[in-house]
Amino acid sequence: MNLFRNVVFIAAIAGLVAGVVLACMQAYATVPLILKAEVYEQAGGGHHHDHAAPAAANSNAMSAAAPAPAEATAAAEDEGWAPADGFERFAFSVLANIVTGIGFGLILVAVSEFAGGIGGWRQGVFWGLAGFAVFTLAPGLGLPPELPAMPAADLTQRQIWWWATVAATAAGLGLIAFRKSLPLAILAVLLIVAPHVVGAPQPDSYETAIPEGLHHQFVVAVTVTNLVFWLVLGAVVGVVRGRFTGTATSLRDSFA
Amino acid sequence: MTTASVSLGASVSSQSRFMQLALAALLGIFVMGFVGFSHIDAVHNAAHDYRHSMAFPCH
Repeated sequence: MNLFRNVVFIAAIAGLVAGVVLACMQAYATVPLILKAEVYEQAGGGHHHDHAAPAAANSNAMSAAAPAPAEATAAAEDEGWAPADGFERFAFSVLANIVTGIGFGLILVAVSEFAGGIGGWRQGVFWGLAGFAVFTLAPGLGLPPELPAMPAADLTQRQIWWWATVAATAAGLGLIAFRKSLPLAILAVLLIVAPHVVGAPQPDSYETAIPEGLHHQFVVAVTVTNLVFWLVLGAVVGVVRGRFTGTATSLRDSFA
Repeated sequence: MTTASVSLGASVSSQSRFMQLALAALLGIFVMGFVGFSHIDAVHNAAHDYRHSMAFPCH
């Protein structure tokens, strides 16, 4: 398991660095917008968990205990444990960033090793661009970043579409980059386009209390922070891998 | 065996190489799937701002 250990080691360092960078960017760029949106969400009577609200209404009707409406909304909002606002909430966000940074790092390192490995920070930047296209750009076209209180289709359906889009885009980019054949390149374009022809699951209604401007700002912030995250992740993988193997470039030859 | 530690394990057989890389990729998918896509409420709430900031499908 030597190779596995090395992949995990590189992914852990790159994920830690990129995750911390992303958490810092989020603290300034995206989280303030989320907090602003939560003000609209609370003003709108907690429309945010649409799937929970009808269930709560049903149980109220059945039990006929007629609790105060305010209490019912509170019950719908209160979905198990949540970190306290402020430091605790921020700390969990940082943790989530680092953990998934390592997760993305594992995927990036493993996939790039199949293709010969990332031989330096510049190659890493290009791999990072590919990661950005696969994990942010392509799914973000059909399912733009949402703020709390925004209408959305069924969660599971959106998650399935998200994963399918990621898989199709990754396969398409891989075919373009590593197969020198025109029919395969055409197939690649079809793969990349297909999820958008099928279309992402859409909500029944687009009505929302969130101002258009706030949402637009959020989409830009999410896209740019993710771009930087992926570039950092790829570059750090390239640097760490170079340090690890002793040579920064021309590693392709040593990989079958 | 020194080459193995020098170049991320180039000396391992191609089958073992494939398995180890596939295992690493699967582990990565599992980790981000758990943090970003799990339906467990506590996990969702803990990573709430992160999920929104990553444009993962949320709520």
